[in-house]
Amino acid sequence: MNILEQEQLLLQGLAANDKKAVETIYRENYLTIQSFIVKNNGYPDDARDIFQEAMIVLYEKVCTGSFELTCQIKTYLYSVCRRLWLKRLQQMQRYNPSAERVDEVVSVEEELDIHEKRNADLIVMENALNKIGEPCKSLLEAYYLQKKSMPEIAEFFGYTNADNAKTQKYKCLVRLKKIFFAQYKNGG
Amino acid sequence: MDDTLLLDAIERYKKGEMTPEEKTFFDELRKNNPDIDQMAVEHTFFLNELERLGERKLFKHTLDEVENTLVNEGIIAKKQLKSKAKIVYLWNRYRRTIAVAACIAAIVSIGTAVLVTIYSDKKKENNITWLKGQIEKTKEDVAQLKKQATLPSAPFITKKQFNPTFRATGFLIDISGYIATSAHVINNANNLVIENKKGEQFIAIPVYVNKNSDLAILKVTDTSFKRNNILPYSIPKNTAELGEQIFTLGYPREEVVYGEGYLSAKSGYSGDTTSYQISISVNPGNSGGPVINKNGEVIGIISSKETNADGVVFAIKSRNIYKALEEIKTSESIKLPSVATIKGIDRVHQIKKIEDCVFMVKGN
Repeated sequence: MNILEQEQLLLQGLAANDKKAVETIYRENYLTIQSFIVKNNGYPDDARDIFQEAMIVLYEKVCTGSFELTCQIKTYLYSVCRRLWLKRLQQMQRYNPSAERVDEVVSVEEELDIHEKRNADLIVMENALNKIGEPCKSLLEAYYLQKKSMPEIAEFFGYTNADNAKTQKYKCLVRLKKIFFAQYKNGG
Repeated sequence: MDDTLLLDAIERYKKGEMTPEEKTFFDELRKNNPDIDQMAVEHTFFLNELERLGERKLFKHTLDEVENTLVNEGIIAKKQLKSKAKIVYLWNRYRRTIAVAACIAAIVSIGTAVLVTIYSDKKKENNITWLKGQIEKTKEDVAQLKKQATLPSAPFITKKQFNPTFRATGFLIDISGYIATSAHVINNANNLVIENKKGEQFIAIPVYVNKNSDLAILKVTDTSFKRNNILPYSIPKNTAELGEQIFTLGYPREEVVYGEGYLSAKSGYSGDTTSYQISISVNPGNSGGPVINKNGEVIGIISSKETNADGVVFAIKSRNIYKALEEIKTSESIKLPSVATIKGIDRVHQIKKIEDCVFMVKGN
């Protein structure tokens, strides 16, 4: 198996949320990122945040199926982390131009813009979920996020049957939708 | 319930749970009914968002799990309390810099402390100027020659050879020939003479010198000294009041000079309670001059002025004279004047009377 095939397998695992694949990518890349961030005005805790963020970017990219393997995973992750970190430094006004040296990086600007938009959307959704209150929140999370079946949910939440649970779920969903779109159309 | 059915249909459609017949029916419905189509699009988008949130949460969970595994293996540094971690981390990172900085700080502070100790005493002295006049050599020679020419019958031969190096002011406190002046004036002087406005000189010796209060009392030993009948001013024991108008007579030059001002504080330099702060224009040579209020009371003796400020002059309180007399009463009998005869007369006449009792004090 050559490197390219290995990486392809890793990405497939990543798309399937496979713990093994995630762990492998972590082991191969984390320390490089940490030393980069520590060298550039950061702390190890910052490195953990940034690396997770970069992993999410990579994950969402492979999930949409748009990841063309034009570079190695490590190059991609490094580029994303670097961009994310420099941006954060700028926000904290600790920007250090010494980090702006020429590295082997690929352009990730566009992808990070998409990622930021997605993050904003997800925050709107999460806020909406937090606003509808219980038991709606738990009910919807059980069905849509944890993918539990209706009979399971009916039992857990104490509904007499799955149909009752389903009716209740739709009522909650309509409310959630209302809140979500109200915020979403306001520009998040 | 229509809405619920519709939502359910959309979800099943999205998930591909519909039978082919249902699917065809639903597609037809959407095509013919824009409202339903719009709703389907909206709801699909909404469900996608919700599902993505779910996926994101699951993936985040995986990430946290992996991170935990690696933390346990020691590959990733353990997350500590943020502030503590930062301090430890900063310490590790800047240990050397901190050490160097600490050394420099230590050297600077010790150095500063040493310098402050060395110079602080001197500085205090520098802040005030004693008002003792140093006589310029040539000027003094000329003056001396003149005096000797006009004074053919100088009482003592020693006076002719007398070559003073400083000049100050003193005033009579007892008609028998006791003169008060500043202690710093006669500091280390070998010979002292007093000179009246006519230029007559009389030899004097110090009978009391207190450098702390800066008060000295001289006794005129010259037999040719003519006694005054009465002293025109009095010397009070009590403290003068703020804002009192005061004046002084002194010898900053070879001629008596009048100056006036007011009492600005009841304490002197650095809160010294044995002296006053007065605002008056004085010059070197005024030292030892009387500070007199409008009632003719000598409230103090001019001592020094602040170097850095204009018009800030310090005068020792007249009460110090009483203290001095206590100390020397066994050897000298001095009676201070208690009634001011110049009270209530105008300033010009006051001065005329006082002038005779104010002397130039010279020495070498």
